[in-house]
Amino acid sequence: MKALKKAILYLLLTIGAGIMVLPFLWMIISSLKTAAEVNTTPPTFWPENLVFENYVYAFQSAPFGTYFLNSVIVTAACVACILFTTILAAFAFSRLKFPGRDLLFSMLLSFMMIPFEMLIITNYTTIVEWGLANTLIALIIPFTCSIFYTYILRNFFLSIPDSLYYSARVDGASNWKYLWRVMIPLARPSLITVGLLDAITCWNSFLWTMIATDSQSVRTLPFGLYAFMSASGIRYERLMAAATIVVVPMILLFVCCRKSIVTGVSRGGLKG
Amino acid sequence: MMKRGAFKGKDDEQLTARTFWEPAGYLLPFMLGLAIFTIYPFINVILLSFKEGYNAISGEFSGIGLSNYQYILQDANFLNGLKNTSLYVLYVVPIATVLSLLVASMLNSDIKLKGLFQTCYFLPMVTSITAIGLVWKWLYNYDYGLINYFLSLLGVEAINWLNNPVFNLPALIIYGIWNMIPMTIILLLAGYQNINPQYAVAARVDGAKKGTIFFRITLPLLAPTLGLTMIINVIYGSKVFTELFPLFNGKPGSAYSLYTVVYYLYDMFYVKWKLGPAAASAVILFLIVLIFTILQLIIQRKWKNY
Repeated sequence: MKALKKAILYLLLTIGAGIMVLPFLWMIISSLKTAAEVNTTPPTFWPENLVFENYVYAFQSAPFGTYFLNSVIVTAACVACILFTTILAAFAFSRLKFPGRDLLFSMLLSFMMIPFEMLIITNYTTIVEWGLANTLIALIIPFTCSIFYTYILRNFFLSIPDSLYYSARVDGASNWKYLWRVMIPLARPSLITVGLLDAITCWNSFLWTMIATDSQSVRTLPFGLYAFMSASGIRYERLMAAATIVVVPMILLFVCCRKSIVTGVSRGGLKG
Repeated sequence: MMKRGAFKGKDDEQLTARTFWEPAGYLLPFMLGLAIFTIYPFINVILLSFKEGYNAISGEFSGIGLSNYQYILQDANFLNGLKNTSLYVLYVVPIATVLSLLVASMLNSDIKLKGLFQTCYFLPMVTSITAIGLVWKWLYNYDYGLINYFLSLLGVEAINWLNNPVFNLPALIIYGIWNMIPMTIILLLAGYQNINPQYAVAARVDGAKKGTIFFRITLPLLAPTLGLTMIINVIYGSKVFTELFPLFNGKPGSAYSLYTVVYYLYDMFYVKWKLGPAAASAVILFLIVLIFTILQLIIQRKWKNY
């Protein structure tokens, strides 16, 4: 009886997992098929012969190499900037003392609910006025600070005992030294979580990329993929190859760092 | 351990050169970015929504009033967007929550290969909505799509998911549920972590059945998490937009009948360049989010003692 229950549990979990993973599997399987094989009924569940020419085609017909590089640059720059501003702000809001600190912080927390979609109109105007439209910088500077991540890191900083701070200060360390020598090493897991969440958000960003750029040379992968679809028509075997190029880096990241990402998401969802 | 604030001298409460410049230095990059790209555009878009006859190039406007709001509330596309967004949220959030609750309770039990199962269930969360949306477009394909193939095995006639306007919203909803499940499972699992397992143990000792334990003990204890998760999902679902691009080639549904609130905002701003109505719809989006955030705060406060 107990064994049967266990079997049903595993069966249900496996079916559910199958449904969640099916689109990914189907994407990869379809990308390895020939055009003729993709359009057959009933569909074949494994390519008759594995073909890689769809990937070659994707890289040759659209600058996926450039898109990929742009995505890497934008994501790396966003993560670096976010970490820098977040660390400094979280330190000020948790360790430094100044009048009105907690009032200011709770005011900022209420800004967290402003949806980014609401801000695109003015942000676009700002970018254009600064002459940054259609540059990679335009894809980076609106995302250099985040209240949500500052909140996560501030909470972690607050959990570090005060005694550590006072003994460091007695030993003559400045606030600056204390932050980088003591707090940052301790906060590594939180910093990794923040970095990963931000990397995922940046890598997948679509709306702002579409608005702020209009040439191939500064496009990132998700919008490049969409443009590829519009330009080259619906050839699913090729589209699936291109989609695989976009999706695989994040899957690898997730498989490697599942725990950190899950911890981060469980603190309040993914801010998209 | 020293009590927090024990070292606080009197001068820390006052604004002196020391208590101002050092924190100001640390906060400068953060506040600068926030001021330019969040606070200023937020205020600006609210002001813009009240400006009548706004000229984007000269920045001139003819007056202050509610005409932009009147405009969008009489615009069939905006009303269509409100309707679709509400329907989307009303279907996606409850269904995704129930399915996620089911999976979370199974993942929370004592099973092997937990890591592998988690990876499978969480994968959609990290992938680009555009890229995986293209895969769904392919799954929904009328002639060769996998979904219609499975339906044909069940004896159901092929459905024209993406080109028959009647099925556009269901297609969006199914994709939305699949998309929302990972984050919901994670949030619920975090809620499970906070439940003391001894309650269930005590109940089992008293002879309670598994179902009774779930509905009488686990579920009530999970209620705050469940409420919060649903609100986070409602806010997330209210912003549905990007999904439309891969599925419908950037159109709001095959017959332009699947506007959403954010799609309308994008359409007014980027395609039609009508900044006033775009700003008004942005403010309405904000009000929707605001209402649910206040609800979230009320729930958090009410259940603080758990």
